[in-house]
Amino acid sequence: MAAPVTSRSVSVEVNGEQIELEVPTRRLLVHFIRDDLGLTGTHIGCDTGNCGACTVHVNGEAVKSCMLLAVQADGTKISTVEGLASDGELTALQQAFNEHHALQCGYCTPGMLMSATALLARNPRPSEEDVRVAIQGNICRCTGYVNIVDAVVAAGGTA
Amino acid sequence: MLLREVEYARPATVEEAISVLATYDGARPLAGGQTLVNVMKARAATPDVLVDLADLDELRAIGFSSDGLLEIGSMVTYTQLQGSSEVEVARPILAEVAGTIGDVQVRNRGTVGGNVCVSDPTNHLPVLLVALGATFTIRSQDGERTVPADEFFLGVYMTAVSEGELLTKVNVPPSSGAGDGFAGLTIGTHGTYIVNAAASVSGDAARVAIGCVAAAPVRATAMEDKLAGGDFSEDAVRTASQGLGASLDPPSDVHGSGDFRRHLAEVSAVRAVLQAAGRRK
Repeated sequence: MAAPVTSRSVSVEVNGEQIELEVPTRRLLVHFIRDDLGLTGTHIGCDTGNCGACTVHVNGEAVKSCMLLAVQADGTKISTVEGLASDGELTALQQAFNEHHALQCGYCTPGMLMSATALLARNPRPSEEDVRVAIQGNICRCTGYVNIVDAVVAAGGTA
Repeated sequence: MLLREVEYARPATVEEAISVLATYDGARPLAGGQTLVNVMKARAATPDVLVDLADLDELRAIGFSSDGLLEIGSMVTYTQLQGSSEVEVARPILAEVAGTIGDVQVRNRGTVGGNVCVSDPTNHLPVLLVALGATFTIRSQDGERTVPADEFFLGVYMTAVSEGELLTKVNVPPSSGAGDGFAGLTIGTHGTYIVNAAASVSGDAARVAIGCVAAAPVRATAMEDKLAGGDFSEDAVRTASQGLGASLDPPSDVHGSGDFRRHLAEVSAVRAVLQAAGRRK
């Protein structure tokens, strides 16, 4: 029988890099990403699962990393906002955010990008309605939704 | 946020999970964590041992039993329900309602077992599964038992699943020509329900359940009896709903008074029944 423990080794692939680290079982995935791995592009907005700023991909699916323990992610592949651009070249979605002025303060942007990237992976040409449903779990407190939606729709088909 | 220290086990089989749950005091199953992790942050729940069901692939299956029941494993996510061809064929209302729970990220992690075992009166699935006449398969070291929906939901955060037990699957009869409906009022789009209602209409018979008005879903049996004649015209359904609100004793809070919830219960029940009746085959 697997005896319960308060500290456990976690083995994950983060943005293509294999990582193994011993972590306390009570540590949230978002703290593992930000504090243990130093990937601070993933933001903590509300810490209650409402705002979506901490959205990352676990095995390709968008999840809120503040609502997951790091140990729950053991054995998975994780992508964060740092994993989007390669060799300094923005993805078509990031480029579209730039062109459509889809960020104001920028705090929600990493989560928006991860939710929209997951949407474009399963639906390459989303309608405006598809985009609005996909980012329902991401709050932009600057209320800049119109430009964000425009950017994702524009990135559709080119991502 | 820093959680209270908690022990964690990640069993490889259902038998092992049940054995951990039975051995350790304060052990609690961890499914998707979309409720439990949050209430642990608020320290509204402080389990001593989390038993993570993540590796139990047999709980992630959707299929049919030999007698044709739709079997949904307790670790099936809302996203899985939305994309399941079995659900679409047998009971599409499950996918329709699952698609309105939370948001994409929550639907990717949140599970059927988590939704029903939390038994939050404002959740979507308890009231729906009562209306559909689902049954629940619970396993322990003593074996397996099956509990009907009317006996599964016992109160706020309380179900028929007791210590040392694990919900393994939810069994839903296929619609077989029945139509199903779901209605209610939320706080914002796809937000928490203030009142919800689910209905299933098959031939001349209707099953109607109301959520958010008591500690567990309430069957609107008097309304069901009045509908037994098979008249599902709008007038007849409205007439049948009269008295439903008065029979309830819902709570008052910042989102609505008890009287408003009584009113909403009737309105929601009418809408759910009309939708269900219109979908009959």
